[in-house]
Amino acid sequence: MIWIIARREFGAMFLAPLAWVILAVIQIILGYMFLTNLDNFFLLQPQLLQLQNTPGVTDIVIAPLMQVAAIILLMVMPLLTMRSIAEEKRNRSLTLLISAPLGMTEIVLGKFFGLMLFVLVLVSMLMLMPLSLYLGTTPDGGKLLSIFLGMLLLLGAFSAIGLYLSSLTENQTIAAVGSFGILLMLWIIDWLSESVSSGQSLLAYLSLLQHHESLLEGVFDSSDIAYYLLLITAFLGLTIRQLDRERLL
Amino acid sequence: MPEALIQVENLSRYYQNHRAVNRLSFTLCAGEVLGFLGPNGAGKSTTMQVISGNLAPSEGEVKIAGHDIIDAPREAKRHLGYLPEHPPLYRDASVDEYLGYCARLHCIARPAVATALAKVKAQCGLEASGRRLIGNLSKGYQQRVGIAQAIIHDPPVVILDEPTVGLDPIQIREIRELIRSLGSERSVILSTHILSEVQATCDRVQIIRAGELIYNASTESLNQRHEVSFKIALRKAVDLAELSAIADVDHAEVLGDGRFRLIFAQDATPDALVASAAQLQWGLYELIPEQQSLEDLFIELTQDEEAGKA
Repeated sequence: MIWIIARREFGAMFLAPLAWVILAVIQIILGYMFLTNLDNFFLLQPQLLQLQNTPGVTDIVIAPLMQVAAIILLMVMPLLTMRSIAEEKRNRSLTLLISAPLGMTEIVLGKFFGLMLFVLVLVSMLMLMPLSLYLGTTPDGGKLLSIFLGMLLLLGAFSAIGLYLSSLTENQTIAAVGSFGILLMLWIIDWLSESVSSGQSLLAYLSLLQHHESLLEGVFDSSDIAYYLLLITAFLGLTIRQLDRERLL
Repeated sequence: MPEALIQVENLSRYYQNHRAVNRLSFTLCAGEVLGFLGPNGAGKSTTMQVISGNLAPSEGEVKIAGHDIIDAPREAKRHLGYLPEHPPLYRDASVDEYLGYCARLHCIARPAVATALAKVKAQCGLEASGRRLIGNLSKGYQQRVGIAQAIIHDPPVVILDEPTVGLDPIQIREIRELIRSLGSERSVILSTHILSEVQATCDRVQIIRAGELIYNASTESLNQRHEVSFKIALRKAVDLAELSAIADVDHAEVLGDGRFRLIFAQDATPDALVASAAQLQWGLYELIPEQQSLEDLFIELTQDEEAGKA
C-alpha cells in the first residue's frame, strides 16, 4: 500500500515541469562546479605530490562539491515538498486516501517514500560525476559510499521536515517558506556555538550540516546516522499526528 | 429483516461549540436507496463525512457492515465507496491512471484492475474518455469519474454527496439510472437538494434539519399518505357549499377565477364530482389531480422551524 502511494507521488512529480527543471538546473550548476574543482585539483597536484599523507581527489573535488550541493538542495527541497500534502488539501483530494482502507501512517509514509524516490534519482545523478573519475583515476570507493549515504540521509531529513510543513497548511507557498526557514535555522544554529560556551555542544549537535560533514569526510559515525533517523521519524510522526488531528476539528 | 449495512447510533458532531449533527440514528439495509434531504447547513455533508471516516464523530457510533468506523476503520472502509461533495480527483492524471490508482488503493490485485476498470467505465459512460486528462474533462464527466471512483471496488455501501450537481438534464437522467442500478444490489445513501430526484430514485427519505432527523419514511408511503386533491375549473359560478356537499369531498376551497381545490377522502375518486358537474351543467373544463409532493412536505417541515424560531 505504501508502495502504491509512493509510486503515484513519484510519477506525479514528473507530470509537472518543476521536477524536471530542478533536476536540470542542479545538474548544470553542480556540473560546472565539478569542472572548476577538477581544474583546481590539477593546479594543486604538483604541490600535493610533495606532501605526505595528502588528501586525495575525493577530498578535494567531491567533498566540497557535495557540500555545495547540500546547500543548494536546502533551498530547493522545500519547493519539491511543498505540494505533497498542501496541494491535496486544497484540491480536497486527500479524501480519496482517507476513505480508502489505509491508515494515516501508510499515507504519510507513502508520500515520504515518493519523495525519497525522487531524492534517490537526484543523488544518483549527482553521483555520476564522482563516478566519472574512475575513467582517469581511482577515487576512494568507501568515501563515495559514505557521501552517497550522507546525501540520502540529509535529503531524507529535508523531505520529512518539508512534508510536515506541507501538512500544516493548504497554501503551498507558506509550506515552502516555512520549511525553508526551519532548514536554514537548523543549518546556522551551530554558528553561535563558537561564541557561546555553555550549550555549545548541544547547538552543534542540532545542526543539520554538522552531521553531514563528517559523512562527507568518510567518517561513518552511528550517532550521525541516528541523528538523521531520529529527525526523520520525529517529523513523520508529527505529520501523522497533524493529519489525524484534523479529523477531530 | 435483512442485515443492516449502515448503522448509525446517536451520532453527534460538534465544530467547536457549533453542533452540526445532533443525536442522529438510522439504519440502512442492503438493496435500499436512502435519500438524504435538508436545507443548506443542516448537517448532511457532515454526517456523510463521519460515516466515511473523514471526520471523527464527537459522540455516538457508526458501523458499516458490522465494522465500527473508529475501532476497525480498515474493515469498515473496505465496504464503502464515497463520493464527497468535491470529487477527489487528480487533475493532472488521465482517467485510466486515476481509476487504476483508486482500484489499487482499494486493495484490488493488479491483474484484476483492468477488468474492474473496464466495468466501471462502462457503468459510468466513460469508455471514450480513458486517455483524457481529468483536468480537461467537463464538470459532468468529472462527476462521473468521481462516481466511478466510489464504485470501482464493488462496495456494498455507496455514499454519494450531491452526485448530480453541475450535470445537464440528460446526464442527470443517466446518473439517476446508474444510482438505481446500484441500488438493486447495494445500499446507497444519496444527498441532494433536488427533491424530484429523491422521489425518482430513492426507496426511503430522511429529512434532517439543524442536525436532527425530522422525517423518515419510504417514498412509497409518502405518495400514499396524503389525501387526494384535485384542482378544478368551472365555467358556471357555483357555491362553495354545493361543492363541499358532494360525496367523498372532505374540504373545498376557492382559488378564484372559477377555480377550486377539492380535497377528497383517502383513496376516493372524483366520480361523484364529475357526475354532478355533468348533471348540473357546471361547465367543468379542468380537472387536475394534485399530489402532495415531497416538495410541499419539505417546505412544510422546514418552515415549521422558521415559525418555531420567530
